[in-house]
Amino acid sequence: MLGYSAIRTGYNMVSDPAAATAEEEFHQHVKSVSFSFEGPTGKYDRAQLQRGLQVYHEVCKACHGLTQVAFRDLADLGYAEGQVKTIAAEYNVPSLNPETGEAETRKGTAADKFPSPFANDIAAKAANNGAVPPDLSLMAKARHGGPEYIYSLLTGYQAQPEELVKKFPDSKTGPGLHYNPYFANLNLAMAPPLPVDDVETDRKAKDVSAFLMWAAEPKLENRHKSGIPALIFLILFTWLTYMSYQVIWADKKKH
Amino acid sequence: MSFPWANHYEPQHPFMRYMDEKLPLPRFIYNAIGGGYPVPRNLNYFWNFGVLSGAALMLQIVTGIVLAMHFAGNSALAFDSVEHIMRDVNSGWLMRYAHANGASMFFIVVYVHIFRGLFYASYKPPREVVWLLGIVIFLLMMATAFMGYVLPWGQMSFWGAKVITGLFGAIPVVGEPIQTWLLGGFSPDNAALNRFFSLHYLLPFVILGVVVLHVWALHLPGSSNPTGVPVKSEEDTVPFHPYYTAKDGFGLGVFLIVFAILVFFAPNFLGEPDNYIKANPMSTPANIVPEWYFWPFYAILRAFTFDFFFVPAKLLGVLAMFASILLLLFLPWIDTSPVRSGHYRPLFRKFFWFGLMPCIIVLGYCGGSHATNGVVLVSQLASVYYFAHFLIILPIVSRIERRCRCRTPSPKACLARLRPHNRGLEKNGSHYRFSGRPVLFGHARLLGHPHRLQYGV
Repeated sequence: MLGYSAIRTGYNMVSDPAAATAEEEFHQHVKSVSFSFEGPTGKYDRAQLQRGLQVYHEVCKACHGLTQVAFRDLADLGYAEGQVKTIAAEYNVPSLNPETGEAETRKGTAADKFPSPFANDIAAKAANNGAVPPDLSLMAKARHGGPEYIYSLLTGYQAQPEELVKKFPDSKTGPGLHYNPYFANLNLAMAPPLPVDDVETDRKAKDVSAFLMWAAEPKLENRHKSGIPALIFLILFTWLTYMSYQVIWADKKKH
Repeated sequence: MSFPWANHYEPQHPFMRYMDEKLPLPRFIYNAIGGGYPVPRNLNYFWNFGVLSGAALMLQIVTGIVLAMHFAGNSALAFDSVEHIMRDVNSGWLMRYAHANGASMFFIVVYVHIFRGLFYASYKPPREVVWLLGIVIFLLMMATAFMGYVLPWGQMSFWGAKVITGLFGAIPVVGEPIQTWLLGGFSPDNAALNRFFSLHYLLPFVILGVVVLHVWALHLPGSSNPTGVPVKSEEDTVPFHPYYTAKDGFGLGVFLIVFAILVFFAPNFLGEPDNYIKANPMSTPANIVPEWYFWPFYAILRAFTFDFFFVPAKLLGVLAMFASILLLLFLPWIDTSPVRSGHYRPLFRKFFWFGLMPCIIVLGYCGGSHATNGVVLVSQLASVYYFAHFLIILPIVSRIERRCRCRTPSPKACLARLRPHNRGLEKNGSHYRFSGRPVLFGHARLLGHPHRLQYGV
């Protein structure tokens, strides 16, 4: 039966070879960017994270939530308690009126999490041409390439290559979509969030990618900081066990 | 248990004598993993992996119990509760990364352990029940790992659950009612998640129970060894403690170093990014793949692409996938060669290294790749080899190998084939005198070697 399947698959490969797709030919791998948090001793660059938060605040938050991150977590970025409160107060979070019980919004506090810009997915869809802008809390871990992918996507907007349209007329970027070779199917609904030909765009894209990495993996520094001593301990422990293994077996190794 | 020359437990302290009379737990431990269990002295590092598997199981149980204290087994809360563990729980990130990578480490050491069993034919009598219990443990592990992967309720959790439970739907007539009954609905949802959580907590303890049986069954004949020849005297063995506790301690150290590198420096290396996206029944991921340790079996499942007469391809794939594991249960009776170790089976060894091992690696690669026609064709050919290896090649090899193996011009040439322990052969008058390991001589005799070898120490 397997042989039968194999013969039919082989026959199909010859008789009906899979047609090349625009995605296969024009999709590009993420750009290589160096970040301060890479490597086993990597740390976040506080100034970069603060600039990244600024980019999120000015650009991304209009459409994307960051709902897993609490304002109090921003203390990790080097903000003082008062500054955290000020930042939180710039966001409106859903709440209930304590007198009437009616739904309303109030200013955020340090204990709140970043709110979602839309009340629900239907509202998000309605406001965005049918596409739901994804929450960014885990974006840096939810795509192959992580922060480098985010950077590549933000700086990757370009005009659709003419040869693509010539070769795959069906893959022409549709209305309301934008060509970006780093996106899985090459066309996404998000308009370029950072101006394509601005000198600041590259820096901003890098900063916000680093910030989103922090948002996705806030304990990275704790992990690196405890990993090194743990590894040193384990290497010493293993060395000791190896020595005792040798000592214990000393009389048995002679044949 | 095991050998007549095993050390006997003799409690010295009055309290231990009292204990021994009332509840002989120290005696039990002494006989199981203490000085009372004689072990062949010539074991290589592959024999470390049984203990390492046990250590991995304990790590999973401990980290898992802590995670369960903070996890919410509800489809509306599960994903966020995992993020709560990662962000707010003290050292929660460490527990979760240790548990997720611990599963991978568990499978790595168990696969090496199974590899050891296959190459050195540890499955042969008198240890066939040890092997059967091992397969049961492996099946339980796969079920536990699958259900554990569903718990974070990410995209791969949901779609993995959908694909795997959908396999039951392939069974004719009763398939779909069974699938609905297992899931508690038509698609994975809260009912499925909640019962998977319950079973994911239960099964590790079932595994622990079967591990006890596995070790118990092992202790009756005693451990096998790389030459495959049974030990004959006290000379050939050492007490488990301190000799193998020391060696296993070293193995555990190396295991923990690899584990720590993964957990602290590459915690998401073996994971699928899609599982950091909350489960969404309305959006199918481009490529649904299980965790790496299921890839070879997933490739066999996907290898059946065409209906065969009235049998649907999906059903064939499901049957083949289960058969690929269940056929291992028959291995002790498929492989009839009286020689155990792969070192002394030249033909078996060729098929093992150049057939079975590449085949499993290729299947693994195909199972993790996007299923294009080329990938499917390669996995079909590899699946054919996988089944042929166990059902056709192995029975034939184990019959013909015996006859051809000893046609060597001299004892020296024969022993050269019996590598790697070919040291210490000297000519002594008209006889060949062998001063190597006694087990090797026993092995040559086992094969009915035509040359006369005189063994002397």
